Amino acid sequence: MDNDACLGCQTGDKWRRKRGSLIMALHEIQGVKGYVGWQDAMDLAKTMNIPLARVYEVLTFYNFFKLVAPGKAVISVCTGTACFLKGNDKVLERFKSELGIKEGESTPDGLFHLQVVRCVGCCGLAPVCVVNGRTYGRMTPEQVPVILNEWREAFKEEA
Amino acid sequence: MVKLKIDNIEVEVAEGTSILDAARKVQVNIPTLCKHPDVDPSAGCGMCIVKVGGRIMRSCCTPAAEGMEVVTNDEELKDIRKTVLKLILSNHPNDCLGCSRNSQCELQDMTAELGIDQNEIIRLVSQEPKDDTTGAIVLDPAKCIICGRCVNICQNVQNVWALSYLRRGFATKITGANDTKLADSPCIKCGQCAAHCPTGAITDHDNTQKVAALLNNKENITVVQIAPAVRVALGEEFGFPFGSNLTGKIYAALRRLGFAKVFDTNFGADLTIIEEATEFVHRFTKNDNLPMFTSCCPAWVDYVEKYYPENLVNFSSCKSPHQMVGAIAKTYWAEKAGVDAAKVKVVSVMPCTAKKWEIGRDETMNSSGYKDVDEVITTRELAKMIKAAGIDFKNLKEEEADNPLGEYSGAATIFGVTGGVMTAALRTAYFYITGEELGKLNFEEIEGLNAVKVAEIDIKGTKVRIAVVNGVGNVAPVMEAINQAKAEGKEPPYHFVEVMACPGGCIAGGGQPRVMGAMFDKPWGINDEIRKLRSKGLNTEDTEAQNRLSHKNESIKKLYKDYLGEAGGEKAHHLLHTKYRARDLYKK
Repeated sequence: MDNDACLGCQTGDKWRRKRGSLIMALHEIQGVKGYVGWQDAMDLAKTMNIPLARVYEVLTFYNFFKLVAPGKAVISVCTGTACFLKGNDKVLERFKSELGIKEGESTPDGLFHLQVVRCVGCCGLAPVCVVNGRTYGRMTPEQVPVILNEWREAFKEEA
Repeated sequence: MVKLKIDNIEVEVAEGTSILDAARKVQVNIPTLCKHPDVDPSAGCGMCIVKVGGRIMRSCCTPAAEGMEVVTNDEELKDIRKTVLKLILSNHPNDCLGCSRNSQCELQDMTAELGIDQNEIIRLVSQEPKDDTTGAIVLDPAKCIICGRCVNICQNVQNVWALSYLRRGFATKITGANDTKLADSPCIKCGQCAAHCPTGAITDHDNTQKVAALLNNKENITVVQIAPAVRVALGEEFGFPFGSNLTGKIYAALRRLGFAKVFDTNFGADLTIIEEATEFVHRFTKNDNLPMFTSCCPAWVDYVEKYYPENLVNFSSCKSPHQMVGAIAKTYWAEKAGVDAAKVKVVSVMPCTAKKWEIGRDETMNSSGYKDVDEVITTRELAKMIKAAGIDFKNLKEEEADNPLGEYSGAATIFGVTGGVMTAALRTAYFYITGEELGKLNFEEIEGLNAVKVAEIDIKGTKVRIAVVNGVGNVAPVMEAINQAKAEGKEPPYHFVEVMACPGGCIAGGGQPRVMGAMFDKPWGINDEIRKLRSKGLNTEDTEAQNRLSHKNESIKKLYKDYLGEAGGEKAHHLLHTKYRARDLYKK
């Protein structure tokens, strides 16, 4: 692969002489792309002369790293104490079934990414979900398809 | 040396010895599920805790120190161990009766020893699917206790890096990078993971049912062959001491299982030597792609195809002995016996899991016009078949193999131990070069368990430099030296290199017995003592053999005279040689 276009190669080249720097290199790739993909990991492993198995041991140990491109709309469902007690677990289940994905995953069409967070700092509105910075309070499972359609429409208009 | 007290018993050990090993010296067995003599301690399972000055620590990774007073088994320690074990069992399926490791499982044994009541455990067993993609080994995440031995072996001992940890905590799973299936990973199918797994999480890909089906079809003429290393290990499954050579009993058992003819892979080993020594003499005198690498070990072949594709030219083109026997059985033997080759089915009993993969490696494995070898079972699987058939193996009378594919020399039988293939090849190469026999038939420099053994052999004034490596994880410095010399246009550091992927060679292959029980000392499983005893079994057969030279095997001579023609000739090449290709580390 052309070294100029290869993020994994460039990053690997920068870090390979420094021992114990795999995690820094991975941070850097995610910083640029938003995630570390299979090809990035392969290129990085080759350039840094680290087995791919070790690269993925690190990538999957830390929850911070994303392995696939996150969806355009990042849905954060709060499962902090207040939101959980107020029934956000049922809201989360509804998101999962509507989108057909689990937490930490993105939809194949690249539109939605679902994640679970612990407290977004507005427990008074519990249960709370946040989509791309927009907060939805007093959530119910029935609101889930409505919100998803809102965002789908918005993306359509954008396009 | 340091002196310490373990449970009030004084013991003196070398500096750096772990408390766990020090305790074994005074007959104190501290339980452990992750520490194994072949791997460095990983402090993974948490079972080996002891108290030193009231503080609880893991004995596998704490070195013994002067004046230490260690308590290994008070009520508090017992209680903690039981809790740890219950947590391990809480995501382990309770199906011991149906498990291939039943009665030979370290987890099961420890559960019995510590007295855990199975009924009080709430289970949350992994729903991850089994990985049987390699056709050689099967990885069952549900039975995995994440002790990490296999990862340690695969990464640090074998330097293969197929197995790794995915995720962490309760979600941890042992698998290929990013959950890659093993067949799409760098896995070389050596099976050392299976040989070291304390439970039934990594096992052989079981082919016993397929072999039974071949035997049950009365249309078939099903023949069998056993590898050299099988004869000195199978006995362990039936209470014989380590290293007992039971060739005659195994032949007898195979006949009782219903095989029409009982052949010996050792015949193929002699045949391999004729072809390989011929090839070596040719390449050595022509300085053609030296060093030449031995090619009997399919895991080693797979390793070079994946990790060192630039060195594929170094391989001998010879197939491994059991593939040669397969090809000859379905051509020469079928013709001679007057049977339809299509009906001849060949089963190989091997100490090896990679052989299961090898039989479908490429089209040269079908050189007879049929699949040269139909099925491979390991030594462990043969033991199971013998037990299931109700054969009283221990008291069987010895029998002979069927000729002509049963005759073998002492040179053939040492194929199963590190240094053996090289020794056998040099005996014959010496004869081919000088026309005389070697005076002394052994090369002490290349015997034993040292990782890399080198020697210079004098063939009437010509120096032949050789290297013998056992354990594929030890091969990197040798390859580096070879490739550096090549890059600098210098003479190669060696002319001939033997590599066996498993530490010790085939005698400690991934398909060999891993017996346990009261008659065996703990820690159970393969170790260097067992490697030495099994090696001795083969070496003794060689030294006591009437013929110790492959080129003096009369059946082989006849095979060339009546059928193959010249060694290295066209017919021999078609049936007995293969080729190699680069393979990607990952398919995706």
